[in-house]
Amino acid sequence: MAPVARPVSRAAGRSEPPAVRIAGLRRSFEGRTVLDGVDLTIGRGEFVALLGRSGSGKSTILRAVAGLDPDVEGAIEVPERRSVLFQDSRLLPWASVIDNVMLGAHAPDIRERARAALREVELGAKETAWPKTLSGGEQQRVALARSLVRDPELLLADEPFSALDALTRLRMQRLLQRLCQRHAPAVLFVTHDVEEALRLADRIAITAEGRIVHDQPVAAARGNPERLEALRLDILERLGVSGD
Amino acid sequence: MSLISFTTPASVLQRRPARGSTDARSRSLLPKAPVPLQRLVGPILLLVLWCVASGTGWISPAKMPGPDAVAASLAGMIGSGTLATDIAASLQRAALGLSIGIVAGFALAVAAGLTRLGDALIDGNIQVKRSIPNLALIPLFIIWLGIGETMKIAIIALGTTVPIYINTHAALRGIDRRFVELGQTVSLSRAGFLRHIVFPASLPGFFTGLRLAVTQAWTALVVVETINATSGIGFMITQARIYGQTDVVLVGLLLYGVLGFGSDALVRALERRSLSWRQSLDQ
Repeated sequence: MAPVARPVSRAAGRSEPPAVRIAGLRRSFEGRTVLDGVDLTIGRGEFVALLGRSGSGKSTILRAVAGLDPDVEGAIEVPERRSVLFQDSRLLPWASVIDNVMLGAHAPDIRERARAALREVELGAKETAWPKTLSGGEQQRVALARSLVRDPELLLADEPFSALDALTRLRMQRLLQRLCQRHAPAVLFVTHDVEEALRLADRIAITAEGRIVHDQPVAAARGNPERLEALRLDILERLGVSGD
Repeated sequence: MSLISFTTPASVLQRRPARGSTDARSRSLLPKAPVPLQRLVGPILLLVLWCVASGTGWISPAKMPGPDAVAASLAGMIGSGTLATDIAASLQRAALGLSIGIVAGFALAVAAGLTRLGDALIDGNIQVKRSIPNLALIPLFIIWLGIGETMKIAIIALGTTVPIYINTHAALRGIDRRFVELGQTVSLSRAGFLRHIVFPASLPGFFTGLRLAVTQAWTALVVVETINATSGIGFMITQARIYGQTDVVLVGLLLYGVLGFGSDALVRALERRSLSWRQSLDQ
C-alpha cells in the first residue's frame, strides 16, 4: 500500500496532515461493484463512525484500510501503527490472555505494556486465563487491550460490540470512549447502530451503494438534546428508516 | 429501602429443573464424569474372567494355560534376564522408528500444508502410500536394506509417518482463515505466524495422528521381529511357537498389551497437558 501524494477532496481542517486519506476506492466482486469511488479523510485523533445498511460497502472499506483486501483499487494512506478490532474477539484459544495481547507486538517492555493494557480494560487479574473461560464482553475487552498495546495511530473497528448483550455493549462503549480520550488514536468505527455512532463519534459518514453519501459532524450537536434528536432523525431517514 | 420486599422460599430456589427441560437434557447427553483409572476396569475384568475360566477347567490348559502358568514362566524369564533384553530390544526399535516417523510425518505435513510446491510433490504420494499395506513392502525392503535392524526400523518409520502426516495435514488445512487475517493485522512475521498460529492449531490433529502411530509402531514390530531377529518380543513369540510354549506366547501377547496400553496412556497424558486450553469431554 504505497502512500500517494494525490490531493484529496476533503481536507482534514487541521494544520497537521490527516491520519487517513482514502481517494477513489473501488472494489468489485465478480463483476458486482461494491465500492464505487470512496473518498474519506480522517484527522488525527478523530473518531469517524461509518454507518450504512447491510451490503452498502462499509465493511469493505474497513477491510481495505486494514490492508486485508489486496484487490482493492484506489489510493489509501494510513499510519504505520494501526490495529483492528473485529466483530468477534478473535482471540487465539491456545494462548493465554496476556500472550494474546502481546501477539505480534515487539518491544523490549512488551510484557509490562500488555499488563498495563489489561489493567486499563479492567482485566488485570485474568492475565493467565484461557480465552474460553472468559465471557463474551471480557473476550472483547482482551481484544481491545490487544489493539491498545500497539499504541495505534489508527484504530479500525468492525462492529466490535454488535454481538454483545445490551448492557455489556453500553459498558464497552463507555470504556472505548475513555480509552480513546486517553490514547487519542484516529478511529474508523463501522456500525449499523445509530445510537452507538451518535454516542461515540466526532463525525458520521453514511455509505450507500458503494459511496459515502453523507458526512456529518456530530460533536457540536452533543450536549444539545434537541439538535441531537434532529440529527438522529435525519440520519435514520438517510438510512431509509423514517422516524415516527 | 423499598417499601415492598420479596422473599423467595429456599425450596423454590433449589428446585431442580423439570424433566425434559433443556438444562436436564443437555446434561444427559454428556457421559458421566470419569473416575480415576476407569480405563483399567475392562482389562481387569477380562483378567478375572480368564482366572475363573481356567480355574474351573472350562478351557483346556494345552490350548490356553491358566494365569498361574503364565505368571510362572513370566517370573522365570524375568529371573533369567532374557525378558529385559527382549523388551529393551523391542522398545528401542519401536522408539527409533516412531521418532523418525514423527519427524518425517510432521515435516511433510507442514511442507504440504503450507506451500503449493510441497502439496504438489508430497500429498499425492502419501495418499498412494496410504493404500499400500505397510507389510506388503517388507519383501522389497529386505532386498534394499537387508534383513538387519535398518530394514526393521525403516518399516516402522514408514508406517508411523502416514497417520502423523494425514492428521497433522488435515488440521493445518483446517486452520481458521480468521486467524490468518488476525496475523496479518498484527503484522506477524512468517516465523511468528508458524509459531503462534500454525503449530498450535495443528497440535490436536498431530496428537490424533500420534496415537494412531504408536499403535502402528507396535503392530509393525510384531511382524518385523519375526524376520531374522535374535531378540525382541516378536522373536520371543516366534521361538515359543516353534517349541509349542503356549505360556510364553501368552507372556508375549500380555507384554504387547501392557506396552500398547501404557504408551497410549502416555500420549493421552501428553495430549491433555499440551491441549489444556481445550474444553472437551476428556476434562
